[in-house]
Amino acid sequence: MSATRFATTDRYVATDDLSVAVNASVTLGRPLLIKGEPGTGKTQLAEEVARSLGLPLFEWHIKSTTKAQQGLYEYDAVSRLRDSQLGDARVQQIGNYIVKGRLWEAFSSEVQPVLLIDEIDKADIEFPNDLLRELDRMEFYVYETRELVKARHRPIIMITSNNEKELPDAFLRRCFFHYIRFPDVETMKRIVDVHYPRLKPELLKEALEAFYKLREVPGLKKKPSTSELLDWLKLLLAEDIPAEALRANDGKSAIPPLYGALLKNEQDVHLFEQLVFMNRRNAR
Amino acid sequence: MLIRFFLMLREAGVPVSLTEFLALLEALKARLASLSVHEFYFLARTVLVKDESHYDRYDRVFGAHFKGLEQAFEALSTAVLPEEWLRKQAELLLTPEERAKVEALGGFEALMDALKQRLAEQQGRHQGGNKWIGTAGRAPFGAYGYNPEGIRIGQHESRQRRAVKVWDRREFRNLDDSVEIGTRNIKLALRRLRRFAREGAAEELDLGGTIDATARNAGWLDLKLVPERHNAVKVLLFLDVGGSMDDHVRVCEELFTAARGEFKHLEYYYFHNFVYETVWKDNRRRHAERIATLELIRTYGPDYRLVFVGDATMGPYEIVQPGGSIEHWNDEPGAAWLGRLRRAYPKHAWLNPEPEDRWEYMPSIGVTRELLEGRMFPLTLGGIDRAMRALNAR
Repeated sequence: MSATRFATTDRYVATDDLSVAVNASVTLGRPLLIKGEPGTGKTQLAEEVARSLGLPLFEWHIKSTTKAQQGLYEYDAVSRLRDSQLGDARVQQIGNYIVKGRLWEAFSSEVQPVLLIDEIDKADIEFPNDLLRELDRMEFYVYETRELVKARHRPIIMITSNNEKELPDAFLRRCFFHYIRFPDVETMKRIVDVHYPRLKPELLKEALEAFYKLREVPGLKKKPSTSELLDWLKLLLAEDIPAEALRANDGKSAIPPLYGALLKNEQDVHLFEQLVFMNRRNAR
Repeated sequence: MLIRFFLMLREAGVPVSLTEFLALLEALKARLASLSVHEFYFLARTVLVKDESHYDRYDRVFGAHFKGLEQAFEALSTAVLPEEWLRKQAELLLTPEERAKVEALGGFEALMDALKQRLAEQQGRHQGGNKWIGTAGRAPFGAYGYNPEGIRIGQHESRQRRAVKVWDRREFRNLDDSVEIGTRNIKLALRRLRRFAREGAAEELDLGGTIDATARNAGWLDLKLVPERHNAVKVLLFLDVGGSMDDHVRVCEELFTAARGEFKHLEYYYFHNFVYETVWKDNRRRHAERIATLELIRTYGPDYRLVFVGDATMGPYEIVQPGGSIEHWNDEPGAAWLGRLRRAYPKHAWLNPEPEDRWEYMPSIGVTRELLEGRMFPLTLGGIDRAMRALNAR
């Protein structure tokens, strides 16, 4: 088993509970299912685990039309049929028409790989069930060539979900689970520090204050998350906005500059502007 | 000890299975959490709990089971005692004079006991606020008049200290939806209401079309594709909340969870006892954010299927008389509004969580059934099945 342990890296802040979860799944070779608000770094986690353990990363992004079989392999019968009509010699070998999926690629990796199955909840309700045996035994059977594909090294599997669909029990039982909580101010400071090490402390303080205040606005459809905060800070830096500009002079009445980076939905922007307007009127 | 913990989790309704318990033992054997209590807490949570809505129950069981966990972990002789740790830190932080004062109070043991007691009291008062020491500066040490920054103990150590008692903060309380995973059966019943339609990108091979086109093409392949089939049914759900519906919360939640999973186009609104000129979407803001029923009728077309969920148990005047609503003055009787909705959505049904054999004893149910011309069904699997058939009938 891998001797190195995952912890906070220079690019990613992992809280204690997250590192425990990752290390448990790496050591015991179970898939780790990660949930959390959008923009809390679920997908990034797999990249960081691969990077910090020095392992190759295979990404399998799931869409609503993705089938479990596509992760294993696909038999391209149509091109074989076409080739047969054209009299291509390749047509004799069925193996020429087996297209490897991401899972197969990960299974045949020379060293232990990290496999990311991104947004598994996007797929059909039966999708996770179709992967049970593959994730359990790390093997599958190719019917066309009568070949059993086995993983050379048990991959570290990370699965992310946005909770759009409930996942089946049998699948959950085989996974470890971690819910990435929205970071508190302390953790957020560390996260920002990792991304923008030379940020002025006053600016950071004001920005975080404005950010958490914005998150508390009731009725927002999409609360701004970590990734939005990072984007926003980048903009603030690029525009060279001073910390004073963020400071609310009279309570909540100031609109943070460039708030378009934080609010992604016109209803939210509208709601927010209304609130600010009301506060201003009351302040007068 | 762990077996009892496991059983307690099951009792509390966290669906843990033997496989997961064995995985936890395996993890402990692999020494994944030999250092501290909070690592064990995280590890066990990762391995045993598979849904963030169960985190709160897990926290509660963990708190109850590992009360006085210092001793328990001493018995396992694996853990660094959190209090041990606290003490060391405090020794580092306190000045010699302060330490002398501490000694005067009976030493650290007494202080820790007092602290524990304070914490317990604080817990009682705040009921889930910043219960334990926290960082707010109201730490019990302040009450003793020691280092006024005694919270420094809270602040400096907060990370460790918080981690130790993280299960007592119960941060995941909001997430517990209390819906048992019995929704699969309901989903299966709801499946009757599937209207498949081919929409969107053409991605599926149309076998018949391909054969036909290929034959016309003198044997040369001519592939034809069609879009995949999706459930295109649209559902408008009206849910009765509060009052007599409180007895049926669980089954309604199950139905709601199942419906949310099954129908892509599902719109839901709440009402109390009977439908009048307004409904609402968020129960916490029911008085502030109301939506006019007429607006709904204009927004959602007649291709929506309308489903009411309610026990229809109330005074009959609430249905038939203007001003009959128990909450506000309504100019028009509820019956008029129900009629309007029925005309707007010809495909409708009412699901009633009251058992069917009790319907006849409740005059208001009789009135509602009459208004619905019999399209009321009990909220059971069989009833849902019948309701879905009624909604399907053309």
